[in-house]
Amino acid sequence: MEFSLAPLRVSVETSIVATGITFFLGLAAANWRTRTSGRCGPVMDTLFIVPLALPPTVVGYLLLLLLGRSSPLGKALESLGLQVLFSWPATLIAATVVAFPLMYLSARGALEQVNPSFLHAARTLGASEWTAFWKVALPLAWPGVLAGTILAFARALGEFGATLMIAGNIPGKTQTLPIAIFFAAEAGNMRQALAWVLITLGIASAALVAFNTWGRRRRGTLSGTRG
Amino acid sequence: MIVELLVEIQREFKDFKLEVAFCAGDKTLGILGPSGSGKSMTLRAIAGLETPTRGQIVLNGRTLFDSKRGINLPSRRRRMGFLLQDYALFPHMTVAENIGFGLRHLSRHEAGKKVAEQMARVQLQGLEDRYPRQLSGGQQQRAALARALAIDPEALLLDEPLSALDIHLRSQMEALLIETLSAFRGVSLYVTHNLEEAYRISEEIVVISKGKEIALGPKEEIFRDPRTFTVAQVTGCKNFSRARLKSADEVEALDWGCQLRVCLPIPEGMDFLGIRAHHLSLSDAGGGVNTFPCGLIRMIEGPFRMTLYLKLLMPEAPFVHHHLQAEITREKWMSLKERPFPWYVRLDPERIMLLRKDSANG
Repeated sequence: MEFSLAPLRVSVETSIVATGITFFLGLAAANWRTRTSGRCGPVMDTLFIVPLALPPTVVGYLLLLLLGRSSPLGKALESLGLQVLFSWPATLIAATVVAFPLMYLSARGALEQVNPSFLHAARTLGASEWTAFWKVALPLAWPGVLAGTILAFARALGEFGATLMIAGNIPGKTQTLPIAIFFAAEAGNMRQALAWVLITLGIASAALVAFNTWGRRRRGTLSGTRG
Repeated sequence: MIVELLVEIQREFKDFKLEVAFCAGDKTLGILGPSGSGKSMTLRAIAGLETPTRGQIVLNGRTLFDSKRGINLPSRRRRMGFLLQDYALFPHMTVAENIGFGLRHLSRHEAGKKVAEQMARVQLQGLEDRYPRQLSGGQQQRAALARALAIDPEALLLDEPLSALDIHLRSQMEALLIETLSAFRGVSLYVTHNLEEAYRISEEIVVISKGKEIALGPKEEIFRDPRTFTVAQVTGCKNFSRARLKSADEVEALDWGCQLRVCLPIPEGMDFLGIRAHHLSLSDAGGGVNTFPCGLIRMIEGPFRMTLYLKLLMPEAPFVHHHLQAEITREKWMSLKERPFPWYVRLDPERIMLLRKDSANG
């Protein structure tokens, strides 16, 4: 079997796009949650976090049910001519679903810690809820939000079980690094597996360094509080 | 333009009900009450940060909130400058960015000009690029004031703005606030639990206790004649006794075991009488109206004033730790302390406050 960099490309694309999606979805959900005191809050909490508590195969199974041909959603997608299962979008969906709870939990915790006085001040100074969030709440919650982003990226990069179940192992399309490593090792192709292991180590470390540098720069003005 | 803020709101919780109604003009209105009385909540409701259950809020003819008509203007459109207890300067923005935060709708040039103007007004020139954590407490407070004033608010709401400051900064800031408020053309509300601050800064006072408004009027009147027990307590009165009418101008102080001459008229339904600690006078000679022998139980020394706990030496006086708490100057104490007991305490009839038990409408 010839060595290919395709799994690297699939993995990087999947993790970056999944992290981007979870970043915004997680922030939106966390922001919504910090404002809701109603009864549906805890219910939604469970729904948002449950993928974290379930084995990846269970998540994969549930996604198969949800996106399969027998479900309404699957039918709707099919009538639009969209083939989701066993294609790159399925890889993306699996990574996003498992990464989301980490982003949501971290962002929620960080946003809840923001002193409401700051938001009160922003509102009386004419800020819309949108401005108050982006200009005040998010910068103040930044360290926690960044931690969530790193966790989400790491989880998306390492996703294996659910991806295998709903996206399969199609080289160049759905074969991510973890899946490529698994099948290479299974086939006894240890040198190839090792190459991908080293590549994975490289991206993971590079990503962490990048996130940390970026985070420190943005957080620079925040370190320390009022004297 | 008429400067007027009408507030008539109710906010209900499971175990707490806030109910206030008052009107503020261009004179600073102090909202005085113990912590947990609902005074800050009132201010937040006026600023639109909290939604009342019922009622209305009208500022200069503009309805900000009306539960019947379903009007509830968001905070950002109420044009109220809000100075919070903890300043709430955004820690990730410089002083200039903080002050300019409410001016984002203006052009860069105009906003810059306004920021500079405000910085000068509170004497913070040169600190534009500092972050709040690099400022002293007093500077932070002034930056927060400048930020609230930068938006040209129609009303200024101050929520215990001095309580986080050291004592020497406090009097400086107080002077700045008094100056700012007197120059401010608009409604200003000042929330505090500190009665001296309320008296010095505001002209009219609303007293709130347990969510109820219990007094409203010019400050002199409220401090001179509090009318009810709670208002007297909130305005700092320390000495109370249950009271019973004895004759046309005499009442019996049941908790002190004595009869007191009082000034007329005696209000209907009087249950209590009270006298402020600094209104008691002490001497070593008996005789005279409302003058009774007493002993000293305990003395607490302050830097300028002494607090004396006195026990009345009257046969009918109930047996308690002390009956009266008097406050005298250090000089007075020096001249008094060598004198033999018993001393005599005088309760000036002019100073005795005749009080009703609390009623909802104060």
